[in-house]
Amino acid sequence: MMSAEKKPLLEVKHLKKYFPVGKNQTLKAVRDISLNLYKGETLGLVGESGCGKSTFGRTVIQLYEPTEGTIIYEGREINNSLSKAERHEFTRKMQMIFQDPYASLNPRMKVMDIIAEGMDAHGVYKGQERKKKVIELLETVGLSEEHANRFPHEFSGGQRQRVGIARALAVDPEFIICDEPISALDVSIQAQVINLLKELQKKRDLTYLFIAHDLSMVKHISDRIGVMYLGSMVELTDSETLFDDPVHPYTQALLSAIPIPDPDVEKSRNRIMLEGSLPDPIRLSEGCLFAGRCPYAEDLCRKNTPEMKEVRPGHFAACHKAK
Amino acid sequence: MSRLLEVNQLRVQIETQHGTVQAVRGISFHLDEQETLAIVGESGSGKSISVKSIMGLLPKNGKIVEGSILLEGKDLAKYSERQMQSVRGSDISMIFQDPMTSLNPTMIIGKQIVEVLKEHRRDMTKAQMKERALELISLVGISNPEARFDQYPHQLSGGMRQRVVIAVALACDPRILIADEPTTALDVTIQAQILDLMRDLQKKIKTSIIIITHNLGVVANIADRVAVMYGGQLVETADVRDLFYETAHPYTKGLLASIPKASDKGSDLTAIPGTPPDLMEPPKGCPFAARCTKTMEVCRQYPPKDMLCRGTHRARCWLLDERAKALRE
Ligand SMILES: Nc1ncnc2c1ncn2[C@@H]1O[C@H](COP(=O)(O)OP(=O)(O)OP(=O)(O)O)[C@@H](O)[C@H]1O
Ligand SMILES: Nc1ncnc2c1ncn2[C@@H]1O[C@H](COP(=O)(O)OP(=O)(O)O)[C@@H](O)[C@H]1O
Ligand code: SF4
Ligand code: SF4
Ligand SMILES: [Mg+2]
Ligand SMILES: [Mg+2]
Repeated sequence: MMSAEKKPLLEVKHLKKYFPVGKNQTLKAVRDISLNLYKGETLGLVGESGCGKSTFGRTVIQLYEPTEGTIIYEGREINNSLSKAERHEFTRKMQMIFQDPYASLNPRMKVMDIIAEGMDAHGVYKGQERKKKVIELLETVGLSEEHANRFPHEFSGGQRQRVGIARALAVDPEFIICDEPISALDVSIQAQVINLLKELQKKRDLTYLFIAHDLSMVKHISDRIGVMYLGSMVELTDSETLFDDPVHPYTQALLSAIPIPDPDVEKSRNRIMLEGSLPDPIRLSEGCLFAGRCPYAEDLCRKNTPEMKEVRPGHFAACHKAK
Repeated sequence: MSRLLEVNQLRVQIETQHGTVQAVRGISFHLDEQETLAIVGESGSGKSISVKSIMGLLPKNGKIVEGSILLEGKDLAKYSERQMQSVRGSDISMIFQDPMTSLNPTMIIGKQIVEVLKEHRRDMTKAQMKERALELISLVGISNPEARFDQYPHQLSGGMRQRVVIAVALACDPRILIADEPTTALDVTIQAQILDLMRDLQKKIKTSIIIITHNLGVVANIADRVAVMYGGQLVETADVRDLFYETAHPYTKGLLASIPKASDKGSDLTAIPGTPPDLMEPPKGCPFAARCTKTMEVCRQYPPKDMLCRGTHRARCWLLDERAKALRE
């Protein structure tokens, strides 16, 4: 496991990202999230759709400007005081793989040029060298040379996702944000892509932020897992502990809702059924954001917002009653 | 005893610019009273086209070229579009993956339920229809039905919308409810609520259900029997316990093996290499031959027959042939 004295690769401190919506309203997509990521680890991020997972990832990688908070990469704060060259270097080191392998590849470009796009922007390889590198990357992700001259629509979903991975790898990144990289794929193909990501991580010492809503896959690939609810992180710990001993009532409900692919187990299970659905993220009241659906909510919860606290070494939760 | 629904040797083709897609290649299955059948399989394997043929909702370029679809003995494959209109919504109802596309965004939800009643229940008065709509809204677990009756779909959450879709589908007490990925677009906590609701309703109103899903957890949760599709064919059908614990077909085995288990932590997942066949030019032998770990020469040359394993458990695989006994495992 990641030891405490190890220096983090990435430090996120009090990150907030608000979007203006309608007349004078704001949507707080990410509300005050802090966490560290260590070199070579995979941090999973889970939570219901709209809870801010993608926004968090996109803000960390500088696709969105943070509303507040700091992002520190290898000890250097990423902000407006960086030179253009330094900024360029950061965008090379951090890459993103997207959910939808159909939408994220330009349909009019050949796979060769899609993969080389980042290399071209960063001026890394040219001519024969460039071609050689693309073929090498195709082979790395389990495709071959003859795929280089094809267009995205000529590939299956799993193959397209491989192209997306090759594109991200092209500029030798250190840190990759995988935003639901397998959600659009068949179960049998999901396992192929997960194996590939793990193999690449080992070979290249990559660090992943792995966003997904399929908790069993997240458990498999992650060292630690963070659970988000309405823009906040509500629990963060190593993946075994999260599954075996969740302390936040929302995490408990989320885990209990996952159907288990075993009919005997499934038929004898007791589920924690959550009442209602996610509240409107624009109109949120004071106090714990989960209070409206929480079976343990009491007055204190509706008045005071629970802070993230360390309930056990390395195990964080934001709940007044978590012990 | 005649079965509620019996599909025999159904074959469906879809004409496209590039050629003919053999979307469904001779499938047979049945559905009994108050039973839940789950259909699982790879994307593009023909699940939706199969159930759309039952509903008479094939795309214009699609056609049933062989086989029968017997609803209590009457062959729906021979029905005209007008005859099918009276079957849809009253005998068989269907719900789709995305609740937003099945609801009319410009019509209050109460009216959307009433519309179905108007079409199929000419015997009801206006007041009776409204009363029935309110009853259905509360039946699917939405509180305060009077207030909800007048709301538009966009004023409801995703989970509530799917409940409304179910209410519309159940308006005329259908014998069969077909649900094509009803929870795929929903979050797990909402998915759990909808599965619960479907199970509950089935007991209350005694419908039979066909549910299409990618999620083997959902199958384990709700199915009595399971049909596994691959490359336009049904490769295995079994009671839910047999499918999970006495798995016969190599594709089903691969599918179950690719789900991450606690023991997989730190090692590779068992993936099925390769991709499914192109149904424009389906392979002449077993559709799974290109990805199977047990492929024999015969598999590539001849399509395996549908073979009986035990009871009602069937699978299409040459390994089940007497002559291949020694190779099974
Ligand atoms: N309107 C259409 N025109 C042409 N081909 C089609 C059409 N609809 C489906 N097909 C083809 O028919 C085959 C079966 O499709 P179907 O929609 O039944 O798959 P499915 O099993 O439901 O997949 P999924 O899990 O992705 O929903 C596929 O090869 C598909 O490409
Ligand atoms: N560019 C944007 N403008 C306005 N609102 C946005 C934007 N991107 C995301 N949101 C909103 O922020 C919230 C979090 O979204 P997102 O990060 O995409 O969630 P997730 O990835 O967890 O599903 C949602 O309510 C979403 O509608
Ligand atoms: S703080 Fe209160 S309402 Fe919030 S999760 Fe904990 S017990 Fe529930
Ligand atoms: S028939 Fe042959 S190729 Fe097909 S599943 Fe059985 S063993 Fe594998
Ligand atoms: Mg997202
Ligand atoms: Mg489908």
